[in-house]
Amino acid sequence: MTTTIASQAAPPPPADLPRKKRKEDRAPREGGLASLLLSPTFVVLLLVILYPLLSALYQSLFAAESGLDADGFVVEGESFVGLGNYLDIFAGAESGRFYNALWNTTFFTFVTVGLETVIGVAFAVAMNRAFRGRAFLRAAILIPWAIPTAVSGLLWRWIFQSNGIANDLLNTQILWTAEGFAAQAAVFIAEIWKTAPFIGLLVLAGMQLIPEEVYEAAKLDGANAWKQFVSITLPLVRPALLVAVLFRLLDALRMFDLPFVLIGPRKTSVETLSILAWDESNQLQYGAASAFAIILLVYVAVIAFVFIRVLGADVIGDADARAEKKAARAQKKAARAEKESAR
Amino acid sequence: MTALTERDVIATSGARAGRAGTDARGGRKRRRGIGGAITRWVGIAIVAVYCLAPFYWMLVSSFRTTNDIFSTSLLPTTWSLESYAQVFSGSNDFGRSLLNSLIVAGTTTILALVLGIFAAYAIARLKFRFKTAILAVIIATSMFPGIAVVVPLLRLFTDIGWINTYQAMIVPSLSFAIPLAVWNLTTFMKQLPHDLEQAAMIDGCTKWQAFTRILLPLAAPGVFTTAILTFIHSWNEFIIALSMANDPAIQTATVAISKFTGASDFQAPFGAQMAAGVVVTIPLMIVVLIFQRRIVDGLTAGATK
Repeated sequence: MTTTIASQAAPPPPADLPRKKRKEDRAPREGGLASLLLSPTFVVLLLVILYPLLSALYQSLFAAESGLDADGFVVEGESFVGLGNYLDIFAGAESGRFYNALWNTTFFTFVTVGLETVIGVAFAVAMNRAFRGRAFLRAAILIPWAIPTAVSGLLWRWIFQSNGIANDLLNTQILWTAEGFAAQAAVFIAEIWKTAPFIGLLVLAGMQLIPEEVYEAAKLDGANAWKQFVSITLPLVRPALLVAVLFRLLDALRMFDLPFVLIGPRKTSVETLSILAWDESNQLQYGAASAFAIILLVYVAVIAFVFIRVLGADVIGDADARAEKKAARAQKKAARAEKESAR
Repeated sequence: MTALTERDVIATSGARAGRAGTDARGGRKRRRGIGGAITRWVGIAIVAVYCLAPFYWMLVSSFRTTNDIFSTSLLPTTWSLESYAQVFSGSNDFGRSLLNSLIVAGTTTILALVLGIFAAYAIARLKFRFKTAILAVIIATSMFPGIAVVVPLLRLFTDIGWINTYQAMIVPSLSFAIPLAVWNLTTFMKQLPHDLEQAAMIDGCTKWQAFTRILLPLAAPGVFTTAILTFIHSWNEFIIALSMANDPAIQTATVAISKFTGASDFQAPFGAQMAAGVVVTIPLMIVVLIFQRRIVDGLTAGATK
């Protein structure tokens, strides 16, 4: 009894205090648990991402050396060359190979992703209508995706043999897997075959979230199928499409398996930055290889940045979180206003 | 928006209910003319042929005899298991590579799942600062080009004598497996109703019990889907396995196939390669056919939310 009286006498009412404190406490306490749960993941990511990144940055400043010293002995080692590797890459003897690989990477990425997007969207439209064969189609579409890229490289190598089925069907004698534009075309075809259905799948998922009523209203307004597609489907499916295209872009920029297996390493017409870096490290030129890897990494980061910032691809559901925050803030404001008006 | 999330929850926890929803929509769509039906079937046929024809060619080629391998008939003139025998015998010893793939992909998947479940629980269910930033960092790591991980780690693993070991392939594989697992699991766990654990805790569960007894069983379909996706990714991995192992005894299946040697140096052993390709792909295909709905849910979870 006395405690109640005493507590009531105290300036801030303690009955209120613990509750308030608990509310304020909650976020940091969950923060502790969260950091506990997240730390193993971050430890591993530090080991397999941050360490390689820093190591590559450091390594890219060194060059392998092998030569003869004054006494005629073979000396092997590494010497610090600063930005020498990068200078070599952009302006030195190796630069031709680098610019070629950079061009190939860019060319492959934009051609394949562009065509994939068009074909994928067309597939999504076809599937969105096909309700009977839906399960069959979904299974069919997953098959190119599930076949390992290295295996699909071999498969297409087989199809593109000089006396293979592709030449037979087209009635030509093209040497697809040798060099030149035919080899590039072979890579395009194999890559698009594998990934266009995947874009179709993601776009289809986006399409299914569009309520049927929207189309019915458009139909009443007299919009034809094409008009409906351009002014309803495309804008509403844009978020899903942007995420799908972003993923494909980043994946295509690091293309390795397909040209490596389908055409082979050290082939000018299909050498990508990944293959070039791999080839350098295979010859123990770790400095140059690291520099190539860093350049590719920066390239990938720039593309991702453009996509997320400029085009507004919402990869992490940021829009949701932002909307939630906004709603919470509005609620708080309303509550405060109510409190104030009550006073 | 609430209606959507509800449907998602239904779709993940009980696939059948979700399917009933689509059927109802399909019914509305079916009331179209004959022209529509023809376009529809032509569409299905084009998509199916596009996706399946190359795989069909791999399958058919694997059953041809060596003499017949360059024939372009739609079916083999004589069916033969010659190529399959070649795959599992002699210098190729493909069984060993399959086992290696299973060990590497399996371990990678389990490790990524264990770490991913904890991380995803924290991101999806707890309140703390910098959450969006943390999720962004984890996703950003998945965009890392494989070669940028391989070159420095190759150097490190050479120095510590890890080349030609399983861990040399498993550890770098986590660089893509963990972000994939965390991202997928986060999406799944976010969809579960938010007051579940609170209700359990009011009934006397500790936070840990609420997690293991209530949330984890409910998230099981999501965990399962994530396991399939991560496993398929790791099974298909090439550049890490190619760089970290040069001993045929430890190579994974994808690398082993690409290095098959034939009877002569001048002719690639296409029959054996196609047969091995079929062997590598068939398990994935069975998984895909059985769990196609789950896989599609998992693949599209990120894109549409």
